[in-house]
Amino acid sequence: MTTVETAAESIGTTAAGGPLLEVRDLHVEFKTRDGVAKAVNGVNYSVSAGETLAVLGESGSGKSVTAQAIMGILDSPPGRVAQGEILFHGQNILALPESERRKLRGNKMAMIFQDALSSLNPVLSVGFQLGEMFRAHQGLSKKDAKKKAIELMDRVRIPAAKERVGDYAHQFSGGMRQRIMIAMAIALEPDLIIADEPTTALDVTVQAQVMDLLAELQRESNMGLILITHDLGVVADVADKIAVMYAGRIVETAPVHEIYKRPAHPYTKGLLRSIPRLDQKGQELYAIKGLPPNLLAVPSGCAFNPRCEMAQDICRTDVPPLHTVTEADGGELPGRGSACHFWKETIHG
Amino acid sequence: MADLSKDDETTVEAVEAAINAPVDRGEPILQVRNLVKHFPLTQGIVFKRTVGAVKAVDGISFDLYQGETLGIVGESGCGKSTVAKLLMSLETATAGEVLYKGQDITKLSGKALKVVRRNIQMVFQDPYTSLNPRMTVGDIIGEPFDIHPEVAPKGTRRKKVQDLLDVVGLNPEYINRYPHQFSGGQRQRIGIARGLALNPEVIICDEPVSALDVSVQAQVINLMENLQDEFNLSYIFIAHDLSIVRHISDRVGVMYLGKMAEIGSDAEIYEYPTHPYTQALLSAVPVPDPEARAHRERIILTGDVPSPANPPSGCRFRTRCWKAQDKCATDVPLLAIPERFKGVDSPAAHDSACHFAEVKDVVGVA
Repeated sequence: MTTVETAAESIGTTAAGGPLLEVRDLHVEFKTRDGVAKAVNGVNYSVSAGETLAVLGESGSGKSVTAQAIMGILDSPPGRVAQGEILFHGQNILALPESERRKLRGNKMAMIFQDALSSLNPVLSVGFQLGEMFRAHQGLSKKDAKKKAIELMDRVRIPAAKERVGDYAHQFSGGMRQRIMIAMAIALEPDLIIADEPTTALDVTVQAQVMDLLAELQRESNMGLILITHDLGVVADVADKIAVMYAGRIVETAPVHEIYKRPAHPYTKGLLRSIPRLDQKGQELYAIKGLPPNLLAVPSGCAFNPRCEMAQDICRTDVPPLHTVTEADGGELPGRGSACHFWKETIHG
Repeated sequence: MADLSKDDETTVEAVEAAINAPVDRGEPILQVRNLVKHFPLTQGIVFKRTVGAVKAVDGISFDLYQGETLGIVGESGCGKSTVAKLLMSLETATAGEVLYKGQDITKLSGKALKVVRRNIQMVFQDPYTSLNPRMTVGDIIGEPFDIHPEVAPKGTRRKKVQDLLDVVGLNPEYINRYPHQFSGGQRQRIGIARGLALNPEVIICDEPVSALDVSVQAQVINLMENLQDEFNLSYIFIAHDLSIVRHISDRVGVMYLGKMAEIGSDAEIYEYPTHPYTQALLSAVPVPDPEARAHRERIILTGDVPSPANPPSGCRFRTRCWKAQDKCATDVPLLAIPERFKGVDSPAAHDSACHFAEVKDVVGVA
C-alpha cells in the first residue's frame, strides 16, 4: 500500500523543466465486427504547465479517443492502446497499474465532459457529488466535504452557493451545470485538465462566460489545459497552440494566431474557408467535397487525399509525416508543423 | 350535419383557390400577427388546476416574403422552435393569426388544413432521430405521397423519389438503403428531400445544420441555397449560430424570451444593431480570426435567461441589460422603428423593441 502511494505521489514532484504531458506516437485501435478501426494513428503532442493546447477536429478524427487514452478511461475492450507512450511529469503512465492510474485521475488530471446533464447523477445533489471528490480522495467527513463543495461552487461563481448546494442537476441551467462540472474537475487542484467540447451544448452568451471562467481558473493555478473542440472560433481566444486532427493523425500544429492567418494544411485551409463569417456576407460558401473517411478503410497515403484539391500521385501512396518547420525552411514560421507533401505551396498560396 | 359538411366543402374550395393563386416575388406569403402560445402549468393528478403558464411565444409578428429567407435567432428557450411548430400547425396557437396567402391557418382544420400543410414543409434539426430507422430511404421520402396522393400518382412514385434523391445530391440507387447506412450530412439531405417531396412553397428549417460537422455544414447550406433558387422557395431558417444565419438570410429576427427583440435586413441587424440584446449576442460570437477580434468590443452578459413561466415585467431583457432604467421595468417596449431614428435615412431605422435603442457596431466591420 505504502509503495503504491509513494509511486503515485512521486509523480508531480519529478517534474523539472520538461513538459507536463507528452504524448508520443500514440496508436489506439477499436475491434469491431467489421475489422479493426484505427481511431488514433500515431499522435504526438505536449502540454506544459500553464499552457493551453486546443485539439481541433471533426467527429471521428480521434480527438476524444486520445483524451480518453490519457485519462485511462478508454472503453476496453473494444478499444486498446496499441502502441506509444504517454509521459506525465516525465513518467510513462501507460506502464502504471490501474490502481495507480486511478490515483492520478481527479488528483493530478481531470476531465470536463461535453454534456453536463448526463455526466451528473440525477438522483444525488450536486453538493454531494462535489463533496464525493474530497470524501473519496482525501477522506474528509461529510460535513467538511460539504463545506468544501460550497467553497468550490463559489469559486466557479454559482450565485447563492450555500442555498443551492443541496439542489439537483435538473434544477440548474445549462451554463450552471457546466460550472459544476468545472468545479468538480478543479476540486483537487490537478496539474492537467482535459476539457472535451466544454461549451458545445451551451448558448453563445453563456459560452463566453464559461470559456472566460475556464481561462481564469487556469491562470490562477497554472494548470495545463487540453481543449478539445470542433469550433475554430471558440479556441481563438484562449488557446496558445493548436493541433488539427484528421482521421486519427495530427495534420497541422501551430501557435494559435498563425493558423488563422496562414494555414499550412489543405484541410485546415478548407475548414477556415467553409465557415460563414459574421462580419462578411459571402456569396457561396466554400465546401470541402466528400465525407470524412471511414476509419475501417482509411485511404492510403494521405487520408485527406480524396477530398483534397491539391492531391497528386504521391499523396495517394506516401503518408506525409508531420513536418516541423525549422530554420532551414526559411526560419519565418516558428512552431509550425504540417503533414502535407505540399505544405510550402499551401502556406504561401 | 349535411349543411355542415357542405360548408366545410366550400371553405376547402375557397382555401384551395386562395392557395393556388400565385404570389409575386417580394409579396408577403406568410404573415404572422400577434402570435401567442402559452403552455399551461398544472398541479394535481385527479383534479388538475392551472397554476400558471409557460409563455413560450408571447405576441410576435413578422412577415415572410416570397422567395426570401428569414432567419430567426435566439438562445435556447426563447421560443423559436415553438414558432416553427405553430407555423406548421403542429401546436394550436393560444391567440393570434398565421396568414398564409391571406388564409388564417390557425383557424383551419380537416381538409382545408391538409391543403395548406402540403405547401408548408419542415426540415428538422437532428437527422439521426427525425428519420425512422426501420424505413428505407425510398419509403421515408415517398411517405408524403401516401398522405397527398394527388401530387404523385401511384405508378410514378419510385421515379419521383429517385429524382428527389438526385436533386439533393444523393445517388438515386440508394433508394432501398436504411438511414443508418448514411452519414449525418447525407441524412440531412434525406430530410431535405422529404421536405421537398410535395413541392412546397415555404420550408421551415429548425436548426438544420447544427448537428453536422463543420466541413459538411457548408455543403448542406450551399445545397439549400441552390434549391431555393431552383424551386423558388421561401425559407424560415431557425438557428442559434449567428454566422450561418447571416450567410443564408435576407432578413433576420432576434427573439428573446418569447418576444421579437429586433428585426431587419441582415446588414441592419449585423452592422447597425440597435437592441442591446442583439449587440450582446453578436459580440459573444467567437470569430475565427484573432485580428478581427482585436477590434471587437465584447459584451459579456451576466446571469441566465429568466424563466418564461415568470418573465420580468416591462422589457424582458432588463434583468441582464446594462442600460436598464426604471422605465424598462414598467413599460413594455414595442417592436417599431425607434423614435430617434424615425424618418432618418439610415440602416439604423429598423424595428427594435428597446426604449433606449442606439447603434453600436459590435461585429467590427472594417
